Amino acid sequence: MAIGERRTGADPANPRSGTTIPAALDILEPGTAVDGPDAVADCDVAVPRTGAGTALDPASDAPDAPAAVELDPLDPVAIRRDFPVFERDFGGRPVAYLDTAATSLKPRSVIEAVDGYNTRYTANVHRGIYRMGEEATAAYEAAREKVGRFIGAPDRHEIVFVRNATEAINLVAATWGRKNIGAGDTIVLTELEHHSNLVPWQFVAQEKDADLEFVPIDAQGRLVQDAFDALLRTKPKLVAFTHVSNGVGTINPVRDMVDRAHAAGALVLVDGAQAVPHMPVNVAGLDCDFYAFSGHKALGPTGSGALWARRELLEAMPPYMGGGEMIREVHLRSTVYNDVPWKFEAGTPDIAAAIGLGAAVDYLTALGMDRVREHERLLTAYALDTLARGVPGLTLYGPRSAYQRGGVVSFNLPGVHPHDVATLLDREGIAVRAGHHCTQPLHERLGEAATARASFGVYSTTDDIDRLVAGLRKVQQLFA
Amino acid sequence: MDDLYRAEILEHYRHPHNFGSLDHPDVVQEGSNPLCGDRLTLMLDIDEQGRVDEVAFTGRGCAISQASASMLTDLIRGKQLSEVAKIGRKDIVDELGIEISPARLKCALLSVDTLRRALEDRVTWQAETEEEPA
Repeated sequence: MAIGERRTGADPANPRSGTTIPAALDILEPGTAVDGPDAVADCDVAVPRTGAGTALDPASDAPDAPAAVELDPLDPVAIRRDFPVFERDFGGRPVAYLDTAATSLKPRSVIEAVDGYNTRYTANVHRGIYRMGEEATAAYEAAREKVGRFIGAPDRHEIVFVRNATEAINLVAATWGRKNIGAGDTIVLTELEHHSNLVPWQFVAQEKDADLEFVPIDAQGRLVQDAFDALLRTKPKLVAFTHVSNGVGTINPVRDMVDRAHAAGALVLVDGAQAVPHMPVNVAGLDCDFYAFSGHKALGPTGSGALWARRELLEAMPPYMGGGEMIREVHLRSTVYNDVPWKFEAGTPDIAAAIGLGAAVDYLTALGMDRVREHERLLTAYALDTLARGVPGLTLYGPRSAYQRGGVVSFNLPGVHPHDVATLLDREGIAVRAGHHCTQPLHERLGEAATARASFGVYSTTDDIDRLVAGLRKVQQLFA
Repeated sequence: MDDLYRAEILEHYRHPHNFGSLDHPDVVQEGSNPLCGDRLTLMLDIDEQGRVDEVAFTGRGCAISQASASMLTDLIRGKQLSEVAKIGRKDIVDELGIEISPARLKCALLSVDTLRRALEDRVTWQAETEEEPA
């Protein structure tokens, strides 16, 4: 596939030959070939763009633009009618919710799906030989099927329901990791990682006396691909990195990195928490080995999330927790485990949340993930532009081009702590995150203890961003 | 927008009192608030009569945490430790004189919590209710 090919800059035989960061940049080249209309495999590439003249599309974003593909834009005003939280009054206006990277708002269809389970067919799954039990099981397994299709899993048995991406990564670390990582082995991570894709590997490394290595970032928060190649020459057992950075928004060239990691003999885990809700993701096309994401960031209920892994890996992995559901036969001193994925779902799962996630996936599928991505890219470009122009002195972190970043914009007002920024914005009904966003090493790298972060979703509008800009100007005046 | 950030608080933030270091402090205590990344280093000179002879702090953080440290150091400078022991969380919140949301309370209390740890060997702190002040 064209999208997996190595591109300009780095000579494979001499990874130090490129001085720039080609792999991060060249995913943006116009006209990058994709294998036909179904090839959403690498969403890094399959990012079409609306035609020129779109009001949201600042000219500054044009040089990076991929091949033009006309997309019917999302109508966030109509979408907002599906989210009851916008009916709540915040000083005469609805909330300007700019913290979707932490958790998304929930559409009515998801709320109703959860309610439906709790009001009409409340029963445990895979147990009851009665109608409600069968209905609950059918709905729970249908949600698995939907989630699998949504992320391009070849087999629904490869979808393990978990509470969130954190649990998915801990599951892999505690099972595959403890079984396969030994003394002196290397695990390659990156400086972008959320604590959830760092601390579980610290556990494994400490227990097994293994080494952790980190791919550094450049000044725009993009992975230095030459350094990644150098680390791959140490023959790591595992490479684990985020698809999209929750701290600075960087979209990593996943397929390209997976191919190089595989060539070096490593397995690859991708943290998709900030990708699945916001862009087309196809795990088969990415060719990774493990893919983790949270449902609650993707319009689903809290307590929903999934781990995808290749079936042969799941089958070879020891179980995570012991208990009901994960067993086939239990004797006093031995147990035969259940088939995958149920081997990893000990105890009564969060049935309502899984069913709600199924409804969320339906909602996003109906919108079209390519349109969702385009909507958020335009918003991100608009935010980068209006913040830079409208708030003098504002420091923005991360890639300058919206083509290189998800709907995440982190910033600081010089002389004002981001917690003060967030508190003052809250008084205007604007919800932003302030802190290190569970990426403390990334913030150390940026030289900041904390940043403020605005992040977008399907319901976000340019009005939200205009309110943010006006709010930041007020903060500036107060602290002037 | 600005009732939380009344002028006095902003003034303490812009020009904190007792900001800096002591050459040979008798007590040094670091405190941090991992949620915000607020950091505080509190330094105290205590004379033979058990009096806070000199006090200084360094650190970085939000306006609430820095103003709180500035005000607290003013409050304890020159005081006997027996008097300092009576200072509680409620006092510093009263000193700030603003309504503080639960999410920001840790910022307001970082200074007094750090002071309490700094002097835990020298002072029997007066009992404080388990409840955090509202």
